[in-house]
This record gives sequence, C-alpha cells and structure tokens, in this order.
Amino acid sequence: MRADATRGSIAWRVVRAVALLAFAVFFLVPLLSMADFSTRVVGGTGRTAQPWENLVQDPMLRSSIVTSLLLALLTTVLMLVLLTPTMIWVRLRVPAASRLVEFLCLLPLTVPPLVIVVGISNVYAWVSYLLGNSPLTLTFAYVVLVLPYAYRSLDAALGSINVVTLAEAARSLGAGWTTVIVRVVLPNIWPGVTSAAFVAVALVLGEYTFASLLNFETLPYVIGLLGKSDAPTSTAASLAVLVLASLLLVALTFVGRDNRRESRRDKPSRGALT
Amino acid sequence: MATVTYDHAQRLYPGSDKPAVDDLNLEIDDGEFLVLVGPSGCGKSTSLRMLAGLEEVTDGRIRIGDRDVTHLPPKERDIAMVFQNYALYPHMSVAENMAFSLKMAKVPKEERMQRVKDAAKLLDLEEYLERKPKALSGGQRQRVAMGRAIVRQPQVFCMDEPLSNLDAKLRVSTRTQIAALQQRLGVTTVYVTHDQVEAMTMGDRVAVLKDGILQQADTPLNLYDKPANLFVAGFIGSPAMNLLKAHNVDGHAKLGNIEVPIDRSLATKAGGDIIIGVRPENWRLVSEGEGIPVKVNVVEELGADGFVYGTSGAEGTPDEVIIRIDARRTHRKGETLYVTTDPAKVHVFEAESGLRITG
Repeated sequence: MRADATRGSIAWRVVRAVALLAFAVFFLVPLLSMADFSTRVVGGTGRTAQPWENLVQDPMLRSSIVTSLLLALLTTVLMLVLLTPTMIWVRLRVPAASRLVEFLCLLPLTVPPLVIVVGISNVYAWVSYLLGNSPLTLTFAYVVLVLPYAYRSLDAALGSINVVTLAEAARSLGAGWTTVIVRVVLPNIWPGVTSAAFVAVALVLGEYTFASLLNFETLPYVIGLLGKSDAPTSTAASLAVLVLASLLLVALTFVGRDNRRESRRDKPSRGALT
Repeated sequence: MATVTYDHAQRLYPGSDKPAVDDLNLEIDDGEFLVLVGPSGCGKSTSLRMLAGLEEVTDGRIRIGDRDVTHLPPKERDIAMVFQNYALYPHMSVAENMAFSLKMAKVPKEERMQRVKDAAKLLDLEEYLERKPKALSGGQRQRVAMGRAIVRQPQVFCMDEPLSNLDAKLRVSTRTQIAALQQRLGVTTVYVTHDQVEAMTMGDRVAVLKDGILQQADTPLNLYDKPANLFVAGFIGSPAMNLLKAHNVDGHAKLGNIEVPIDRSLATKAGGDIIIGVRPENWRLVSEGEGIPVKVNVVEELGADGFVYGTSGAEGTPDEVIIRIDARRTHRKGETLYVTTDPAKVHVFEAESGLRITG
C-alpha cells in the first residue's frame, strides 16, 4: 500500500513537473527569443543594446510610449469615475436598472472592435473638431472598450458584500450618501476597483485596432509600424509591453491575495479610532 | 430621550394596491421598550424601517418627541439601528465600527475613544476592540452591533430581529441582557421579532401586527389574558391557545352535545355562533364521561411541565387539542382523557368578526 502511494505521489510529481515545464517553455521561449532577437546585431555577430536604447531615443517611439501610458492612465481614471459610482448607485437605489447597465457594459464585448471603430469614426470627426487631434482623445473609445472587463470585476466585488444593508446601517448611524459610498462601500470593493484598473491598463497598452484605424500613434501602432522597418526595435518594444503587462497581472493576483490574507488573519489595524 | 408616535402611518409600495403597513397608530413612551411582533410579511420590519427613515412613509406622520421626522433622511433622525445580520463594516476594526457614528457627528477623538471604551466595557468587548468583525463569533458580533448603536447615544434604538442569527441558547441569554441594558440606559426602543416568546419576555409593551394592520398593543400579560381577537389569541402563547367552534346556548358553549361553561355576562352579549379559547394550562382533567374526550396523540415531557397533543371527538374542535399536564403524571399514546375548564378562564370570541367579547 505504502509503496503504491509513494509511487503514485512520485508519478504525480513527475506529471506536475512536466506540466510546469511545458508551460514555462510555452511562455518563456517566445520571450527569450524576443530578447535574443532584439539584442542581436543585424547581419553580424555580438550583442547590441541599440534597439532598447531606441525605446527612449527614437522620438516617435518615445512619444508613443508616453501617449500610451497617458492613455492607460486617463482611461483607467475616467472608467473608474464613471463606472464605480454608477454601479454602486444602481445597487443601492435602482436595482431594477442593473440589467440594463449590465447589458450596456457588456455590449462592447459582442461587437467586433472593427465595427465599433467604423461606427465611431464619424463621432470622432466631432471629437477632433472640439478637442483637437490629440491621440489622447482615444480615451473615450478605450473607456467603452474596457467597460465589459471593468464591469465584471466591479460587479463581483459588489456582489461579495451586502451593499444595501451596509449602506442602511451607515445611514441610520448618521452618514449621508457621499460618506456611505466613500467610507463604507468603496473600501470594501477596493480589490475589485484595483483589478478593474489593472485590466484597463493592460488592455489599453495592447490595443491596436482602434489606434491604427483612427490613425493615432500609440505604442502598439508604432510597434506595428516599426516592425516593417526596424524589426529589432519593434521586438524590443513588444517585449517591454509584454513584460509590463505580465508584471501588472502578477501585481493584480497579489493585491487580491493580500486582501484575502489580511481578512483571514485579521491583524489589528493601525488606524483604530482615528 | 423621546417618545415615538406613529400617526396614521402608511407604507404603500409602488405597484401594490395593498399597503404593507396601513393606518398604524402607536404611541411609545419615553424610555419604553416596545416590541413589534407578528408572522413574516406582517409589516413589522417595514414599520421599524419607516421610523428609521429607510422606508418611505406614504401617508400619515411619524414623530420622535415633538419633531416630525416623516420626511427627514435617516441621518437627521437621531436613531441607531441594529440589524439582523449586524451589518458591521468588514474593513473596520471593532473600535472603528463602534466609533463610526461619532466620527460622522465629528465628536473629538478623546471623547470618541472614551465613549467606545465605555460601551465596550458595558458589553464585555474590551479585549476585542482591535479585531476585525470576521474574527469574532456570532454573539460577539451581535454585541458589537449593539455597541455601535449605544455609542451613538441616540434618542431611539431600532432593533430589527437582532437575535435571529444566534443559536437558541445564546438567544435566551442575550435577550435578558438586552432587556437589562435597555432598562439601564433608559433609551426608547422599538424592537422587531417574529418570536412571540422574545416579544413577551422583553417588551414593556407588545404590538401585534398582521397583514400590515395593528391588532393589539398592550403589556405582555394583558395580551395573554385579554387577546383582542382570534389572531392575537392564537399568536401569543406557546403552545397556542385552543380555539373551538361552539354555539352559545343559555350560558354554555355547546360543542356538539358537550357543554363548556362560560362566563354568564359574556354569554348574554354573544351571538349564537362563537369561538371559545382555552389556554393549554386552563384545562382540568375530569373523570370519564364528563367534559370533552381527547384522544392522546403525542405527549411532550419537558420536565417542569408536559403537554398532551390530542384529537377531540367533539364537533367543532380543531384537529389538535393541547392540554398542559402535570409532568410527573404519564399519559400514554392512544389513551383518552376527559377535560373541562372554568368559566372565568374561557375566552369568548365572535365567530364572524373574530373579536373578543368583553364582559
């Protein structure tokens, strides 16, 4: 019996190791290849850091990086400002509208980006007319694009607490609506808010269709453009974006885990009574 | 401290043609402990939430003291509510939870800490002040919820079934603690429960509701001794009062051909069809052939006393007749007991309206 169990556990360990290895190869080989390619001297031997230096030196690439980071920031902020209060309010005051909000938020998922762009290009004529031709106007389109994912994570966070009773308790203890939302509801859905933000950032950093069709020079668009003339630099930029996005996702899992762990351990909070 | 007045208060939900609470008139004295009790859906929680400002009042008025609070938002009513699921803020420690209302009221930090400490001492929570609610047992959470209300020093406590999530034993001990605490603090309290034992043991007065309508509001003993109608008679008391259909024939209630004596003055006022009510403890065993025969179905022996659940052969009696018996006298299943009662202990109700006939 014991021998069987040991053999079973050895077999299991082998399976696990093989599976992990397969995953590691699947994920790491392309990344390593990219790193290799982006540091190789074209048509010669040895290593060069030129493509990576281009990331900050090439004016077009540099400005596109700044644009994309700004877009990620603006999109995240605008999405949170629009969506979080709306969803909390719908939960608290107009639960009948929750289906409608869900439908509207998930709609962008069902319509292909290409179709959306064609649809909104007319609107964008007005946007550029009113706000100028800055690539940052893409924020509006991106907010729509990230809605479904942000909605999902906020909805899950709101569903995990009893918003209505918590709000009623706060109101009966002397809190107004703003206080209820800021001090009672928000702290309890914080993991959902952060994950919505991270997903938004990751999505914006990888979005190509909108930018390319509306002709805005965001990072993915420039990477695509560079791919045709300067492959190593383009690869370096892609790798940088990939690593950044992966780090974000890792950070995301840790944010969630930290929260869970803290509530399980229930360590005394520092700010008691303050 | 303050009185609470429901003045023809009504709550009509949009899309419904029957009010959840209809024409509620109730005066609650300063410092009184009033319990709202009734079956689920009777409007007791709605009535409480109307007082707390969490439910709109569609007609009539509600006053706290001399202040008309009918349309004031909850935060301006100076009340504190305790919820069935406690509604503690998961992200705050016990101390922060309890200090929440004081922070809202911008009470200085020193005083805030002092008041939280005082309440924690009162509720035996001192060692848990730094914990999060998740790390507490059900009973402790319940006490934190109470503490959060006490710290506020409100004019009125609103308690919505605060003991329902506790286990049976803890519920019994906590209910005496709450009653004692309320007496000590002297804060007017409106307490909602579906449990009539809780209502009877805790309340200075108990208001019984059914289908959104107040049936009777009186002291626990008066409710027990003089139920205003059939509903209250059946609802208050455990086990329930035996309600038997009968005919009023010259000072006697006739069940088929068996006679149960009733008070003469009541008999003269009552019509032909009546319903008589007899509490389980008011039956008296008599020798075979007299009184109502009851065939024993189940015997409950509780130690202090016992109950026989049986079927009576007499016409008009319900399926089950409940008799309290001496716990030390055993009765076997299938045995037939003969019971009667005394006229003074028989409640008489009009069959049609269900109203009590008073002498």
